[in-house]
Amino acid sequence: MTENTANTANTESSESSESSESTEDAGTTEKTEAIEKTEGTAADGLDARLVVERGAFRLDVALTAAPGDVVALLGPNGAGKTTALRALAGLVPLSDGHLRLDGAELDRTPPEARPVGVVFQDYLLFPHLTALDNVAFGPRCQGVSKAQARAQAAGWLERLGLAEHAGAKPRRLSGGQAQRVALARALATRPRLLLLDEPLAALDARTRLDVRAQLRHHLADFEAVAVLVTHDPLDAMVLADHLVVVEDGRVVQEGAPSHIARRPRTDYIAHLVGLNLYRGRAEGHTVRLDGGAAITADEELTGPAFVAFPPSAVTLHRERPTGASARNLWRCEVAGLETHGDRIRADLAGELPLAADLTTVAAAELGLHPGVTVWATVKATQTHAYRD
Amino acid sequence: MTPPTPPRKGGAAVGPAVGPAAGGRPRRRRAARGGAPLPLLVPALIGLAFLVLPLVALLIRAPWASMPELLTSTEVWQALRLSLICATAATLVSMVIGVPLAWLLARVEFPGRGLVRALVTLPLVLPPVVGGVALLMALGRNGVVGQWLDTWFGITLPFTTAGVILAEAFVAMPFLVISVEGTLRAADPRYEEAATTLGASRFTAFRRVTLPLIAPGIAAGAVLAWARALGEFGATITFAGNFPGRTQTMPLAVYLALQSDPEAAIALSLVLLAVSVAVLAGLRDRWMTAS
Repeated sequence: MTENTANTANTESSESSESSESTEDAGTTEKTEAIEKTEGTAADGLDARLVVERGAFRLDVALTAAPGDVVALLGPNGAGKTTALRALAGLVPLSDGHLRLDGAELDRTPPEARPVGVVFQDYLLFPHLTALDNVAFGPRCQGVSKAQARAQAAGWLERLGLAEHAGAKPRRLSGGQAQRVALARALATRPRLLLLDEPLAALDARTRLDVRAQLRHHLADFEAVAVLVTHDPLDAMVLADHLVVVEDGRVVQEGAPSHIARRPRTDYIAHLVGLNLYRGRAEGHTVRLDGGAAITADEELTGPAFVAFPPSAVTLHRERPTGASARNLWRCEVAGLETHGDRIRADLAGELPLAADLTTVAAAELGLHPGVTVWATVKATQTHAYRD
Repeated sequence: MTPPTPPRKGGAAVGPAVGPAAGGRPRRRRAARGGAPLPLLVPALIGLAFLVLPLVALLIRAPWASMPELLTSTEVWQALRLSLICATAATLVSMVIGVPLAWLLARVEFPGRGLVRALVTLPLVLPPVVGGVALLMALGRNGVVGQWLDTWFGITLPFTTAGVILAEAFVAMPFLVISVEGTLRAADPRYEEAATTLGASRFTAFRRVTLPLIAPGIAAGAVLAWARALGEFGATITFAGNFPGRTQTMPLAVYLALQSDPEAAIALSLVLLAVSVAVLAGLRDRWMTAS
């Protein structure tokens, strides 16, 4: 991806994104309206601006969500996602901002008095208690009698398909089971805000698939706000209906998963969703990039714009193609090659740095190896330009 | 041909390294494994003998014939009973105030924490007699705090059984605090966080989550403290005196008996040795397999 798009895109995109989101993404808007109709007041749900300062690092993230929403905080490691989650739980004090849940101010409330449930990344099930007593812990702390708390806990375990593991200590549970016990434990306090920190990160690839599907099901049933933190775009897109992308403590883009996948605004997101992304100024069908190169796009726009196209839209040639039907033609040099599934991904440097996918056969016929000069073409119809 | 060569080569390489002095095959192999040079081996064996010999001597010289009679005498039972009661009480006192102190040192950031930790550890290295004198200055009838205890509540601590318990707790508690603090530092504080997100107050989180998690550390610390309290001599005799039935614990009885009735002293010593061995056996999983 290009170096020069990221820095500039970060600074402006977050403000402008909000206005474009509401008009362009019909899905979210409809959903929000539907919830407001059934749930009543606009004060319901989460309304937060989390500012946490820690040395040189500053987190400043605004989050709003209606009951029933599942919001994913997506971002690279060290972006401040977990800090945001800990601030919501009250485990980290806010330096500034506010936190309202169902109309109640929570920013001064200690964690034990917040109607917030947390599923920690490594679950943190109490090792000396059985699964049942782990789940009963929350109700017990809320003053429910021991017998009643256990009955409630048994109900939650039953609901999550764990009835036969009620008597097991955490070390006897598999990763997927432990995750569900942790979810049951958090849900048993009847939270109005459910927080999940990298809920699938501790699982191996095989269980992950199952647990992801189950978790999606349970989150869909959950009637209050759920916020999950992940660095895995697939988890975010499967589990959440609203994505908030955080980079370096700030929100760089938010919206419905499909929208973000189609119109990334930073290199990080473009990389996650597998697109070549450039930023420049559009005049008609041409987007002139800051670096000097130009891309002909399908859309007609004027002003600051992004252009994105998938690596599979790129065609490579050893000789300059004649009678160019594609107006997007760049001279590049192969910087690196790697296998990507059943395809080869070529990293190209030159007037337009880009990633290109080609079949193994095509790569062999072209005789690609690092240092080789190639011509890259992209059909205008394969590109997608959108306003900055 | 090629596969068996490397191990043989390896075996041959050990030989020259050990030196030509090593004789036959089995000896050479042992020397290669143990590899203890004489300048280290000899002092090591002397050291071992130095530690073990006195205990063996105690067993050799024990008046086994008159043992039942010696051990059933009233004074011995009195001293043993008092020792067990006081050591246990001192351990309980240490647990009640020592575990929270360990928690404070391990979990709460406050200015001067390093200094406080040093102060807590001081009784470990302080000569017990000095501890006894210091206790007298603090809690004696004319002590800094003791005079108020006397005038306001009529409580006198020196030269009482309660004084024995205090002297033993003063010397033994640091063992418990150090052990529990170490366990607390190793325990994941996020379990406490998880408990608070479930609605537990910080104290509930400590009581229902942290305490069970660090129970093994508390048990080990308590056994250490108990053993230290049982053998306590200097602080006890300084602060509590040596009154049979009231403040005369086993170590004091041993010392006194040695001057009048050496056989009784040996018998009493054997009892304490047996208790120590039992304590060590109880701790073997924790301490002896640590290396």
